[in-house]
This record gives sequence, structure tokens and C-alpha cells, in this order.
Amino acid sequence: MKAPDIYVSVGSMMPFERLVRAMDGFAAQRPDLDVLIQIGRGKTEPVHARFVRLMPPGDYRAMVAGCRLFVAHAGMGSIITAIEAGKPLLMLPRRQALGEHNTEHQLATAQNIGNRPGLHVAIDEADLIVRAEALLAVGSPPPAPIARFADEGFTNHIRCFIESD
Amino acid sequence: MKKRLLALASGGGHFVQLLRLRPAFEGHEVHYATVHADSRAEVGGAPFHTFHDVSRADWWRLPLTVFDIVVILLKVRPQIIITTGALPPLIALLLARPFGIKTLWIDSIANSETLSGSGQMARKIATQTLTQWPALAEPDVAYWGSVL
Repeated sequence: MKAPDIYVSVGSMMPFERLVRAMDGFAAQRPDLDVLIQIGRGKTEPVHARFVRLMPPGDYRAMVAGCRLFVAHAGMGSIITAIEAGKPLLMLPRRQALGEHNTEHQLATAQNIGNRPGLHVAIDEADLIVRAEALLAVGSPPPAPIARFADEGFTNHIRCFIESD
Repeated sequence: MKKRLLALASGGGHFVQLLRLRPAFEGHEVHYATVHADSRAEVGGAPFHTFHDVSRADWWRLPLTVFDIVVILLKVRPQIIITTGALPPLIALLLARPFGIKTLWIDSIANSETLSGSGQMARKIATQTLTQWPALAEPDVAYWGSVL
């Protein structure tokens, strides 16, 4: 599958209708852009953007690496994939208050991890569209590169746990 | 001595975090388990199992998940279980407990201000529970580092 201009993902675990509707609206405003949305188990099917339900991990990484702008929920799979790919990420946190997740932890993630360079947080759908336009127009520095695996100190500690009796 | 490990996690970020810990498992017999069959391509030929996902939102799927986890435990007969969450791996920890299997719960890095609900239960049953945020460390919840 060809990577789109804008790749949008709600992750693989729960629907996120607010993000799908906002970015389908964006696709309607910008017919010059190819927008692809991974909608998961959501009920809302985009009419202006292309959509998929779920992609195999390799294809998903290829979409993230190949797109101009990656837009997602504030989930760790999306964030780690964006950082590993060196691709700027614009995220809209899921809200427990709106029934989008079990807790408000995505707000905390946005605050505590979304402050890294190359990661951008939208507070609501209107802010999402403004930030998407701005990121497409002026771009963003990529996230700082990270190694393929967790820090050696951490993995060595786990190895000691495994090997101790 | 080579040990038999079950490394399991739910889908999405949970499994992505587990994969970032792979160097910790090197030299041991590692079995991976997660919810999406497509993830098999991510584990480089290691034994791979899948289970049905369940969360608080669709609790009625629980019996299906419990069945899958029992089958995986019987097949793998792990000496050690390592997980990055969420609810289905908690079931594995609970079932493994009477058999004295060593278990490690690594709470997701997404839980930056409080331990997850599953993590709160895991700290009562796991051999060791970890947080990935130093500020959340407590006497029974250690901080050894993070996947990022």
C-alpha cells in the first residue's frame, strides 16, 4: 500500500470516533491531500479519507515512515513507532470523560511524554486541525533518535531477574 | 542455565514495549504471546501464541481469554513470565501463582502519574512489579528503567 500524505491511527485496541471524524473533516477541506485513517473497531467510516481497520505491524510502520504527517491518539504504540521512525507526531489524547478510554492516562502521557521534540499535542478537534495545517505548512523537527531497544541498564536488570534463582 | 520464558502482552503499545526489552531475554527459550496473529512477524521465528483480548469495557469476553491463557500456560510451561500489561497477562500471573512460577509485571510507560488498575492488582501477585517512572516507585513497586 502506498503511504499517504497524512496517516491517522486510533491504535489497535479501542475506537476513537472524535479523531476519525475530525480528520475525515480535514480530508474534506483538503482534497489535494491523500488521507488514510486506521479506524480500528470504530463505527464511523470516513467518507472523504481512505480508511483501513487494522494493519499488520510492518505495513503500519511503513505508513508512519512514509507519510508527511502522522496523526494519532496519545497511545504508546503510536508514540514509540513515531520516535523510532523519526517522524513528527500530532496527537489527540483520548478522554475518559468522553468514554474514549478507561482512565485519563492519555492526558498524562501527552503532558509527560508529548513534551519531547517532534511530538505535538492538540487539546481538542479544532486545535488538531489548526496544528495539522501548521505542521504541513512549516514542518517540525523530527523526534530525537532512539536505539532499537530499551536502555541496557534496564534490560540487564531484567536479565538478572530472569537468571537469579 | 537456559530458562523457559513466557513474554506476553496485550496489543498496541503493550506489545511494542515488550519487544523493546528483547535483549533481556537473549540466550533463553522465549515464547511470545499477544492478541494479533500478525505480530508473529515481529518475533523473528520465536515460538508465538495468541489470546483473545479483554478489557474492563468488554468484561464478558473474560472466559474466552482465560481459556486461551490456560492453554498457553499448559503448552509453554514457563519457568518465568514477563509482561508489559494489560488485563489478559494479569490472568496469566494469577494462574501461575500457585505453581511458584516467577513473574515480572512491568507497568506500561503510559501510566506516568499512577500505576494502572491491572498494575495495582499485579503488585499483590507478581514476584516483582515495576513502574517505568521513578516518581511512582514504592517499597513494593521498583523502578529499574524505562523502554524509552
